[in-house]
Amino acid sequence: MDLVMLSRLQFAVAVFFHFIFVPLTLGLTVLLAIMETIYVRTGDETYKRMAKFWGKLFLINFALGVVTGITLEFQFGTNWSKYSAYVGDIFGSLLAIEATAAFFLESTFVAVWTFGWDRVGKKVHCFAIWAVAFASNLSAVWIIIANGFMQNPVGYVIRNGRAELEDFLTVVTNPYAWGQFFHTIASSWMLAGFFVLAVCAWHLLRKNGDPVFAKSVKIAAPFTLILALLVAVAGHHQGQIVARHQPAKLAAMESHWETRENAPMYLLVWPDQEEGKNSVEAIGIPGVLSFMAHGNFSQEVTGLNAFPKEDIPPVLLTFLSFRFMVALGAVFILLSGWAWLKRRNLAESPLLARLLIWTIPLPYLAIMAGWMVAEVGRQPWIVYGLMRTSDAVSPVPTSSVALSLAAFAVIYTALGILDIYLLAKYARKGPHAPEIQPESAGE
Amino acid sequence: MLETIWFILWILLWAVYFILDGFDFGMGTLMPFLARSDAEKRVIYNASGPFWDGNEVWLITAGGVTFAAFPLAYATMFSALYAPLLILLFALIFRAVAFEFRNKVNCGLWRGVWDTCLFLGNFVPALLLGVAFANLFRGIPIDAEGVYQGNLFTLLNPYGLAGGLLFVIMFAYHGALWLELKAEGPLQERAGRTAKALWPLLLSLVLAFLALSAFYTDMYTSIAAHPVIYAALIVAVVGLVASRLALANGAMWTAWFMSSLFILGLTFFGAGSMFPSLIISSIDPSFSVTLANGSSSPLTLKIMLAVALTAVPVVILYQAWVYYTFSHKITAKELESEHAY
Repeated sequence: MDLVMLSRLQFAVAVFFHFIFVPLTLGLTVLLAIMETIYVRTGDETYKRMAKFWGKLFLINFALGVVTGITLEFQFGTNWSKYSAYVGDIFGSLLAIEATAAFFLESTFVAVWTFGWDRVGKKVHCFAIWAVAFASNLSAVWIIIANGFMQNPVGYVIRNGRAELEDFLTVVTNPYAWGQFFHTIASSWMLAGFFVLAVCAWHLLRKNGDPVFAKSVKIAAPFTLILALLVAVAGHHQGQIVARHQPAKLAAMESHWETRENAPMYLLVWPDQEEGKNSVEAIGIPGVLSFMAHGNFSQEVTGLNAFPKEDIPPVLLTFLSFRFMVALGAVFILLSGWAWLKRRNLAESPLLARLLIWTIPLPYLAIMAGWMVAEVGRQPWIVYGLMRTSDAVSPVPTSSVALSLAAFAVIYTALGILDIYLLAKYARKGPHAPEIQPESAGE
Repeated sequence: MLETIWFILWILLWAVYFILDGFDFGMGTLMPFLARSDAEKRVIYNASGPFWDGNEVWLITAGGVTFAAFPLAYATMFSALYAPLLILLFALIFRAVAFEFRNKVNCGLWRGVWDTCLFLGNFVPALLLGVAFANLFRGIPIDAEGVYQGNLFTLLNPYGLAGGLLFVIMFAYHGALWLELKAEGPLQERAGRTAKALWPLLLSLVLAFLALSAFYTDMYTSIAAHPVIYAALIVAVVGLVASRLALANGAMWTAWFMSSLFILGLTFFGAGSMFPSLIISSIDPSFSVTLANGSSSPLTLKIMLAVALTAVPVVILYQAWVYYTFSHKITAKELESEHAY
C-alpha cells in the first residue's frame, strides 16, 4: 500500500476509534445534567444515585475519549504536514480555540464532578456537570467548524503559497459546518438515549426493581424519540447543503451518474464506477432525488459523469454507507417511538427490551457510516476543490506509517475490548443501594 | 512584534504544561521506588486524581497553538519527530487508562499491569520531552523542503539524552515535592527525603546541561544577541536554590512553587535561546523555520491573541479554584470514597 493510503487508514482508525467515545460523552453529559438537576430541585435521592450510576459509565467512556483525541490533534502534523502547513492559518486556529475555550472547561470540571460529591455544595456540583455538558458540545462546535472548512472552504484567500484567513466570521458561520453540527449532535444525543434505554432494559428484564431504571427510562424515552426525529430532519437539511456545495458527494451518495431533471430515486442500485453507470438500477420513484436534493421534484441534479474521472469519490463505499445510515435512521425512529409508548412498563415488553439491548451497536454504526459519507465522499479532496489528499501527506517513510498503523490497531483493539468489558461490568452491577440514613438536607 | 508575542506565549504554554503535568510525571516515575503498599500506590494515583486531565489539556493547547500560530513549525516539527511523538502519545494513553481502570477490577495482576502503565506513561513522556526539546535547541537535520533527514536514533545523541535525563530528574524532584504535600505518614517522609536526595543530582544535571549546550549548540551565540534571555536563567537558578532552602525549612508549598519557577525559567531560557528560530536546521541555518517564514498571517495571530488573552486567564482562575478545592491530603478515609482512583 502506498503512503497516502496508509496515512488515510491510520487517520481513519484513529478518528473512528475516538468517535466511539465522543457521541456518548456529548449526549450522556446532557442526560446526567438533567438527572442531577432533578435531584437538586426535588431532593429525591433516587436521582442522585441515578446520576452516580450513569456517571460511572460516563467516566469509563470519557477517559478513552480524551486520550484518543490527543493523538488526533497531533496526527495533522505527523501524517498530514503538507496539509497543516497549507491551511494551518485557518484550521490550526480552530483547533487551538477548541482547546482553550472548550476542552479546558470540560476536563477541569469533569474532575470537580467526579471528586467533588462531598467537597463542593450541591448546586456547584450540579453546575459542574452542566459545564461539562456545555463544554463537550462546544468542543464539537469548533471541531466541526474545522471539518466544515475541509468540506466547504470559505473565508480564506490564497496568499504566500497557502490558504490564509480573510474573514473569521465567514469561517465560523459556514453553513456546511452548522448543518453537520446539528446532524452530529442530534445523532450523538440520540445514541446516548439508546445507551441508557438499553442498560435499563437489561435490568428491567431481570426484574430489577430499583426505581433508578424505571425513572431513567422516563427521562430517556422521550429524549431519544425527539432526537431520532431531529436526526432525520437535520440529516435531510444537510443533504440539501451537500447538494449545493459538494454535488459530487451527493451524486455518489445516491450513485447518480447522469445529470437530469426530475431525477428519480432507485430503491435497488449497485454502482459500477469503472463503467460510470449502475449495473443494477430498479424500482425508481420519479422526482424523489430532485426533491431530496433541492426541495422540488423537477430540479436538475448533477450526475457523477459531469465531473472529471479523477474528481469522483469512491462511489460504492459512499453510496452503501449512506443507504445503511438512512435505513438505520428509520429503525431508530420506530424503535424509540415504541420505547416511548412503553416508557411506563418496559419490563412488560420483553421483546422490545431485548431489541433495545441487542441494538446498542446500531447508533454507533450509523454515526460511523455518516462520517464515512462525509469523509470518503469528499475524496479525492482533503479540502474540497482546494487541495488533494494525495498532496497533503507528510514526507515520512512509508515503513514508519505502516509500523505506527500496526501499533494503533493493536493498542486500540486492546483498549476497546477492555473498555467494553468494564462498561458491561459496571452497567450490569447497577447503582448503589440507597443509603439507609438519609443525608441531612441542605448539606 | 505580533510574532514575538506569540513566541513568548508559545513558550509560556509549554512551561505551564511542564509545571503542571510535571508533578504527575514525577510521581509516576517515582512510584515504583516510593510506594510500598497498595494503599501508598493509591495515594500517588489520587494525588494526581482531580488534576492530571486538566493538566494534559495544556499539552493539547500547546500543540494547538503551535499549529495555529506557527503552522509550518507544527508541520515540520511533528513530522520530523514522528516516532518519538507517537510513542509519547501512546504512553499518555496508557497513563490515562491506568488512572481510570486500575481500581475497577479487584485483581493483583490487573493492578500490577496498570501500575506498570502508570510508571511508563509518566517516565517515557518525561524522557521524550527532554530528548525532543534538547534536540530542538541543538537543531535537527531538516532539508530545504523541511523534510527530516534522520531517524529516531538521530535524536538519541548524547546531548539529547542529557536533556531527557534532566527532564526526568527535574520532574521527579517536582513530583516528590507534590507528593510530600499530598501524602501522610511514612510515604510523606519518604517523598521529602527523596526530594532532598534528588536536589544535588538535579543541580549537577542543570550545570552539565548548560556546559554541554556550549559544546553541542549555538545557544550562547544566539543569546548574545538577546542577552535579556539570561534573565530566564537567573529566574531558574533562583527558583532552584529557593526551592531547596524552603525544603530545608519545611515550607513545602513554597518549595513546590519555587520548583515551578525553576521549570518556568529553564523552559524560557532553553526555548528562548532558539529565538528567532522555531526549528533550527542542523544541515544549513538557512533551512530553519523562523518566526519570519513560519508564522501565521497577522489576522490569525491577532484573533488568536484575543482568544488567548480572554480565555486563558479564565482557565487559570477556574483551574486555581480546583487546585484550591482539592488541596487537601489524601487520607485513608479519602481512599475509601467510591470515587477515588
